[in-house]
Amino acid sequence: MAAHIQDIPSQVRRDILRMVHAVQSGHPGGSMGCTEFFVALYFDVLRHNPRPFNMDGPGEDLFFLSNGHISPVFYSVLARSGYFSIDELKTFRKLNSRLQGHPTTHEGLPGVRIASGSLGQGLSVAVGAAQAKKLVGDDRLIFTLHGDGELQEGQIWEAALYAGAKKVDNLISTIDANGQQIDGSTDDVMPMGDIGAKFAAFGWDVMHIENGNDLEAIRHGLRTAISKTGHGKPICIVMRTAMGYGVDFMAGTHKWHGIAPSDDQLTAALAQLPETLGDYPA
Amino acid sequence: MHPYTDSGSKDTRSGFGEGLLHLGKTNPQVVALCADLTGSLKMDAFAAEFPERFFQTGIAEAHMIGMAAGLTIGGKIPFTGTFANFSTGRVYDQIRQSVAYSGKNVKICASHAGLTLGEDGATHQILEDIGLMKMLPGMTVISPCDFNQTKAATMAIAAHNGPVYLRFGRPKVPNFTSPDAPFVIGKADVLTTGKDVTICAYGHLVWEALKAADALEAKGIHAEVINFATIKPLDIQTLLASVRKTGRVVTAEEHQRNGGLGDAIGQVLAMHYPTPMEMVAVNDSFGESGTPAELLTKYGLDAANIEAAADRVLLR
Repeated sequence: MAAHIQDIPSQVRRDILRMVHAVQSGHPGGSMGCTEFFVALYFDVLRHNPRPFNMDGPGEDLFFLSNGHISPVFYSVLARSGYFSIDELKTFRKLNSRLQGHPTTHEGLPGVRIASGSLGQGLSVAVGAAQAKKLVGDDRLIFTLHGDGELQEGQIWEAALYAGAKKVDNLISTIDANGQQIDGSTDDVMPMGDIGAKFAAFGWDVMHIENGNDLEAIRHGLRTAISKTGHGKPICIVMRTAMGYGVDFMAGTHKWHGIAPSDDQLTAALAQLPETLGDYPA
Repeated sequence: MHPYTDSGSKDTRSGFGEGLLHLGKTNPQVVALCADLTGSLKMDAFAAEFPERFFQTGIAEAHMIGMAAGLTIGGKIPFTGTFANFSTGRVYDQIRQSVAYSGKNVKICASHAGLTLGEDGATHQILEDIGLMKMLPGMTVISPCDFNQTKAATMAIAAHNGPVYLRFGRPKVPNFTSPDAPFVIGKADVLTTGKDVTICAYGHLVWEALKAADALEAKGIHAEVINFATIKPLDIQTLLASVRKTGRVVTAEEHQRNGGLGDAIGQVLAMHYPTPMEMVAVNDSFGESGTPAELLTKYGLDAANIEAAADRVLLR
């Protein structure tokens, strides 16, 4: 465990890049853009018990990753917060691994409660888990993460309508607003307009985190969101991030959505990211 | 003549509704979700008696399936209800990823399946749902034959840990199985014994198969009618025991030939006991508006067609 939470993001980014580089596949861009969010969530905000992992999570806050392609950051943070050994990160996307290309419960990886990858499904699942908590009087919370491009899926808005109308107020959903998707910027592919206004119109309490790569801003934002729960509305956080953040030649472009770095690019990238907690053994 | 009597025709969906209400009273983990078809699915009694355990999702089936998957996290046993078309084809990817691949204990309960939905026509008469569901790894697929069996199956699937597709229908059909018979998932029931031909059916066509067996009996042909209410996992033992005796098979179902029970049985027989076989099913076409009886006749699924298929297979 790190002495300082500020040391963790650099190590997580090293994990992401080394995992993706080793198999020359995976999604580093969104993973790096959401690194501070995951670190704030798993190392500060979530009230959770990594071991032994309990699928039902009674008395725990639960997190659902809806945009499953950013599995590298999810796996790194799960491992480094104690759900499984960091050595296992080297199996990412390899045969017989629990670290599948997209997260799944199928191989029994601790920390994953639903498969995701086909986009737009995680919010509905989270709403169900939130209602299950209410049914048994469990006052812990449900957190989700979604891509901004993912909001183009219609099911998201079915779930958003339900959560607002039925007052699912133990739910905090964060939108990774990086403005990028596979084919280009969201503005070019399918402009999303005012995401916050859309959720507000669906009955959500909407907040903004303008710098989603500022760890302290996220910690503060998530705490503010928690203070808003229990008041009859689900909470939406529109979090502005830069895809590929942390490495100068990767930041701010959709180019690194699903591309692995070459050997030279990995070396150059790792030179910008101090090894703070020790790399997992290759 | 077969020994079964209709104790009074009822719709299978009402069997589901009664089973669900019973579960509400006996199993506090059972919850129900419906996408704006509470009355059609006969879920209104459960909704009235257990409002805190009933989730009305509006006309949003994809969300309903995902939400059901989420409700299992925390130990609930969710039963979703909508028409068979909207329970399967419309939400296939949600079932595939969030339920089947994720191994969630969701019970997908589907009414108004097949041609016997009737006048609403082909948009609603799904004939592909069994195939879609039985292709999913780990999915149990059940289609009971009458009211009593649907009620029993509804109660049985709550005690089974894993995803289940439960198919039933809209029209009133003969209710002839025992109200006390427990439903055993994966067990086919031999309804009549016979040495000449095995007739395998499920759902509404089981009664048609019994009528066909009577007609065959009058001609001196002894048919063994087996109710394959569980289509997956298939009761291979019961199938092979019968076919080894009769050496002839007819399958009958309110479904496409592709992907149905006939497909599954043909596969087993091809591998274990190659046997002449005829398939009574819809053959690569959509349905249309009409009464259930008119549709079963036009699309070749009624007792007369099952009888004719038996006659054909006996000539091979």
